[in-house]
Amino acid sequence: MSDRSSASAAAASSAAHEQTGPAGASATTPGTPATPGTDRIVLSGVSKTFTTKQGATTAALDDVNLSVGAGEIFGLIGRSGAGKSTLLRMINALERPTSGTVEVDGVDLAGVTGDRLRRLRHGIGMVFQQFNLMNSRTVYGNIAVPLQLAGMKEAQISARVSELLDFVGLGDKAFVKPRQLSGGQKQRVGIARAIANRPSILLSDEATSALDPQTTGDIVALLRSVNEEFGITIVVVTHEMDVVSRLADRVAILSAGRVVETGEIQQILSRPAHPVTAGLVESYTRTALTEAEKTQLRGEFTDHRVSVTVDDTLVGTPVLSRLARAHAVDFSIIQGGVARVKNHPYGQLSLALYGEDRAVEAFVAELGAQAEVIRW
Amino acid sequence: MIDFGTVVPKVADALFETLYMVTAAFLIAAVVGLSLGIFLFATRPGQILGNRAVHFVLNFVVNIFRPIPFIILLVALTPVTRAIIGTSIGPSAAIPPLAIAGAMGIARVAESNLVAVDPGVVEAAEAMGARPLHILFGFVVREAFGPLLLSLTFISISLIDATAVAGAVGGGGLGNLALTYGYQRFDWAVMALIIIVLIVLVQCVQFLGNWIAKRFID
Repeated sequence: MSDRSSASAAAASSAAHEQTGPAGASATTPGTPATPGTDRIVLSGVSKTFTTKQGATTAALDDVNLSVGAGEIFGLIGRSGAGKSTLLRMINALERPTSGTVEVDGVDLAGVTGDRLRRLRHGIGMVFQQFNLMNSRTVYGNIAVPLQLAGMKEAQISARVSELLDFVGLGDKAFVKPRQLSGGQKQRVGIARAIANRPSILLSDEATSALDPQTTGDIVALLRSVNEEFGITIVVVTHEMDVVSRLADRVAILSAGRVVETGEIQQILSRPAHPVTAGLVESYTRTALTEAEKTQLRGEFTDHRVSVTVDDTLVGTPVLSRLARAHAVDFSIIQGGVARVKNHPYGQLSLALYGEDRAVEAFVAELGAQAEVIRW
Repeated sequence: MIDFGTVVPKVADALFETLYMVTAAFLIAAVVGLSLGIFLFATRPGQILGNRAVHFVLNFVVNIFRPIPFIILLVALTPVTRAIIGTSIGPSAAIPPLAIAGAMGIARVAESNLVAVDPGVVEAAEAMGARPLHILFGFVVREAFGPLLLSLTFISISLIDATAVAGAVGGGGLGNLALTYGYQRFDWAVMALIIIVLIVLVQCVQFLGNWIAKRFID
């Protein structure tokens, strides 16, 4: 891990570069366009400690600083118990920080209570892992609840609910009870309910964690279209790297209540800087070698060994073979893979290099100027 | 052989007395018990009106009445009954103790019905910006409505059961009739008829309760 740190500065600058490129969501937003540089949600120095009955205190969150921009899909990822849900619930004040401030559209939530808080919550939708639908109401009734709370007239409610049912693809299920629906359908109702009042922010608390991979894909696509069609800012909490990689523009990685890394999704996936991030990426994609595997492979491949981080510079251009030919170096692939996130390739190739020592040195140096290369 | 000409009117009168006692006691018990049950739930620590002291007192009051066998409660409440009804004998006199016992039973089962509601629904209601009282009635009580109706059915059948005990102290009704004919005169034909009437009555109440509750559960 330590030999990667030298390249992290370069990684950060290239990530900043990528922001100017077509960034999926914002390019196709027909609704209210997101104003660049406007932060909708700002968390500063947020800590939360819980006191047990025995009087012991545990820190659920420790000095968290984050900001989420308008129209962005922001991922909060970490293992169970990392504090992701606690953090998410602070954005609609279901949870209050022990210290630090939470600001939504420039308003410090600390002073917001009673009716003001309820009005604020009308503008922030939320979807849950267990859907949290009312079994005593039909699908229609569930989606109508937030509209009734907002004081909408019955005729308008009816029109709005059918509009929402069409959007989530459940037009024929209006008068069915939630218990008769599949998990994916229940979450569609949950999403329809959450966006019923046309909120500007949507909070998603492990919305796909109770669903199978196929259904997860459908819900991810639905959340994407919520963002693209209505310009709703979405904060997604999940432990599934797959979900954030398909959904999020930016990601924060939480571990034991601390944000250990924040960045663009491509940057996080291709150059994870923190061991926890690397672990999450590792379990998502097995293109990189673990230290244990490297130790074992050193015996099998006795020449020179490198791991090359793959991005746009190496895909679709014959850089690798051209350099190999120029330096009279041969290579074989030990392990690796290249996948695409938001239409950008990322991945890692581990290569064994054959040739004169000096030629290999020159090859590695020149390749290193264009991509992140680690010798091991 | 059964002399239907004299037995049937007696049983019919006793049935009406039982129905009168059960219905009156049940209506009072439902109003008091449901209010108490909802209050017991809402004052639980961490709930909408969370208040440890109030919850403790309510819980204590309910627990005072719950373990007392009904026949003892009936006798112990005689002064109260006399103060309210004016007499401690007859069907009307059975109503206050029946109502109190029923209310405490309903309070306890209603509380457990409300506790069983998915806390996720409350979380969703809070996230939507619902007011505390709306969360309590529009979400929690609404979600628990089917089970609450089944609990009320259960308690109403317990009240039919308890009216027979009231008969022991001159409360009238089917229990009283069964005691005088079955126990004192060994008239098994009348006993059999009373048992059949009781079985049919309980079955009808349970069927009605299930039928109404089903509309809210499915």
